[in-house]
Amino acid sequence: MSNGYHIVVCGSIVPDPLQTLEPIETFAGPALKNEMLLPAVLDPWAGHALYEAANLASHAPGSKVWLVSLGAKAKLQQVMMTIAQKVSFELIPIDGPAGGFTDAHATAAVLAEAIQSIAGLDRSRLLLFGGWESASRGAGVTMQLIGERLGILDQFQGVDQLTVQPDGSFEILERIEGGRHQVSLCQGASVLFGWATGNLPEPRNNPQIGMANMRAIMPALQRAKTTAPVADAMRYRSASPPKQQRQTRIVKNLSADEIAQEIVAWIEKA
Amino acid sequence: MTPVGPEPAATPASIIDRQQMEVDIACVGFGPAMGGFLTTLSRELLNPDGSPRLESGCMPGAPLQVICYERADGLGFGVSGAVTRGRGIRHSFPDLDLAQIPMATPVKGEKLVYLLDPAGASNRSFALRAADKVIRTFGSLIGFRENALELPLIPSFLQKHDGFVLSLGQFNQWVGEQLTSSGLLQIWPGTPVSAPLIEERTVKGIRLADQGVALDGTPQDGFMPGMDIRAALTVVGDGPVGAVGRGIDAHFGMPAGHHYSEWALGMKMVIELPENSGLETGTVLHTFGFPEPEIFGFLYVHPDRLASVGIFIPSWFRSPVRTAYRYLQHFVLHPYLWRHLQGGTLKSWGAKSLQESGRRGEPYLAGDGYARIGEGSGSTNVLSGSGVDEAWTTGTQLAEAVIELLQQKLPFTRRNLEETYVRRRRASWVDRESRVAADSRNGFPCGLISGLFGMALAGFTGGRVVIPPPSSQEKGSSLEERFGARIPPAELQKLKDEAAGRSLPLHDQIMNRCGWPEIPFDGKLLVSHQDALLTGGSVQAPPGYANHVSFLRPDVCSKCEPKLCVEMCSGQAISRGERGAPQFDREKCIYCGACLWNCRAEETGEPANVDFRAGAGGLHSALN
Repeated sequence: MSNGYHIVVCGSIVPDPLQTLEPIETFAGPALKNEMLLPAVLDPWAGHALYEAANLASHAPGSKVWLVSLGAKAKLQQVMMTIAQKVSFELIPIDGPAGGFTDAHATAAVLAEAIQSIAGLDRSRLLLFGGWESASRGAGVTMQLIGERLGILDQFQGVDQLTVQPDGSFEILERIEGGRHQVSLCQGASVLFGWATGNLPEPRNNPQIGMANMRAIMPALQRAKTTAPVADAMRYRSASPPKQQRQTRIVKNLSADEIAQEIVAWIEKA
Repeated sequence: MTPVGPEPAATPASIIDRQQMEVDIACVGFGPAMGGFLTTLSRELLNPDGSPRLESGCMPGAPLQVICYERADGLGFGVSGAVTRGRGIRHSFPDLDLAQIPMATPVKGEKLVYLLDPAGASNRSFALRAADKVIRTFGSLIGFRENALELPLIPSFLQKHDGFVLSLGQFNQWVGEQLTSSGLLQIWPGTPVSAPLIEERTVKGIRLADQGVALDGTPQDGFMPGMDIRAALTVVGDGPVGAVGRGIDAHFGMPAGHHYSEWALGMKMVIELPENSGLETGTVLHTFGFPEPEIFGFLYVHPDRLASVGIFIPSWFRSPVRTAYRYLQHFVLHPYLWRHLQGGTLKSWGAKSLQESGRRGEPYLAGDGYARIGEGSGSTNVLSGSGVDEAWTTGTQLAEAVIELLQQKLPFTRRNLEETYVRRRRASWVDRESRVAADSRNGFPCGLISGLFGMALAGFTGGRVVIPPPSSQEKGSSLEERFGARIPPAELQKLKDEAAGRSLPLHDQIMNRCGWPEIPFDGKLLVSHQDALLTGGSVQAPPGYANHVSFLRPDVCSKCEPKLCVEMCSGQAISRGERGAPQFDREKCIYCGACLWNCRAEETGEPANVDFRAGAGGLHSALN
């Protein structure tokens, strides 16, 4: 494709999953305790989507990547300091709440509106990328809902690989049950891809990319619209963390069989 | 162009096509000093109409190009809780609203407490045991309770009653947000800087760490040589174990009579207090006497029932099996503290090396093309036990100097920086108080009582009368010297053999044998060392970077006993490897730097055997 793609990646932020997350009840419903104190990261699923987008764009001259991200502005700014050195993109920030207790329908509405308002976005070249799942919103429907709102009919979920064919069509590998992939062919844009993990490693930090990105990211953050996704129909009856039982033993070079045997023995004992 | 300082030796220079980028000011390390520098500088970068007030030399017409690289993955990772008088910070923020900074609060009450040893296991001198006996006998008359004595007065030089309690992680994050949101300068965490770039006597910038390399530094798939960032001025604020500061020291040496002789390891927990803890927000406790007489402790109460609780293990504590984590647990369990902490939950944990040489460890503050600020520049006041505010202030002083030089269009030469930055620093309260403090700790190598006497002498005479400095630079006594009177030689040898055979540090066995009780793990607050590593953020070791700790001459290490690097390692990342030489596990390293100053090779006249480089990753906790 001579003019390249217009790739919009939807990717919000989540508390660093390595932190101890503790749901609490607030007047507005469930929330995470001290969420603003916790470091945030780009949702790992969205991260895969972003890196795949940048890789695809780098092989299709004329392409451009946008990252549409909903989250508290201060936290978005923090996360940009981590990812903006990795790949080139333009940030479309939306200042608002994001976390494990945001309604997917309301979130999709906000994100779709933001995408529609991107200046210069060519719908005929549009590839909409996002995470198939989310480390924060486990319903796994946000991307579908955005696609529906934007009228994108070709949607692929659990994508691990996207290959551009010589004629410009796409070959797509989607995860299906049994650890296998379904192979699909798609004529071209506009398409929605909900990425699983993809195949790419996290890109290296590149200071020149970071410097160039940040010149546009900070003004964009300063102009970020504030939005609160409205979810009148949503009621949470209860929220509780999964029960944890930690027994730590750090051992190196144990074979997969030995690890499996140990886990089975531990489960049987428990 | 020569990168000076440690760099992975396995990276062959011939295959490297290294990129360069030019900025006006390159900064290394984002801590309180750099916060002060960038805050002051950023306010002068633009005119009210948005035009550049300070114009870039490398990008004509644009504002000054300022970039800061921080090794840790976040601006608030891997640092410490603090109580500070905040004089310099308040000067920068006259309308400072502590409510805007998470975990910050004014000091409400401050106590200095002498902790006696309820277990009877610590190594106390005859004089101290006698003093303890007197206190226990007549304690009811002087307020002795819970094995502790609250001192009626806190010496003025130690007081922080007009200050505030901070989580340095949250403070750094708050400062970083203000700075980056302005869009006027860039701060990049997760970017280790491997070395300064030095041409003859001029620092020309910095070199970032190589990416896409194996643990030994060998290029792998996706190899990306660390970029050279060239700058008219390099601001070095990478702390006491930073690669750039040490590289500059290695190249230029230290001023006559100055050396890094005193260190401490600070280790702390962030604890969610039980509802009925009885501790008021803003409470500050300073302790001494327990778990060993040489170990000082603290407890600061933040808002929302969070408390920072920790200890300092100083280099003058000569135990060859000095371990911070186990001692920290005994500290928490002291009855005076445990009555408040029991039922609490460990939220986070961390450790950091502190450069405690103070003024005696001050390097050259400026040279052609560079300036030093913060802890690595010897700004910590070792008498008042204060470092954050001093570091911040040195940053603001350098920023004022830089603004002056830029306005006068003068280059960043050693002479110009000395006439602006160093002159400001010498005329300030930071320098005045550091002169008083310079020799205040000389007495501690001879014991707690002489140490406290020396502090009082220096503090109350304004530093005019002090105890002479110790002559010995020995880092630790032998096991036999330290424990020979308590453990028979044959048993000591057996313990050593057992530890070596199981590749374990010695300290647990020695402490058990000396009568320290086992830690009653409760899974909430009292957890194993490895569980602490996984609490509140865990340790990250991003792939593609070389090991940042290696042992240069394994044969020297294999003969070294006891191995202080193993005993002192905060994350148990260094263990006994094959043939007795230490081995390093990056996935446990919290980058405290204790191995660097605990290497005993120098005692035998050999150069230090630990190669400590710029590394990525470390603890992921913003609560510290």
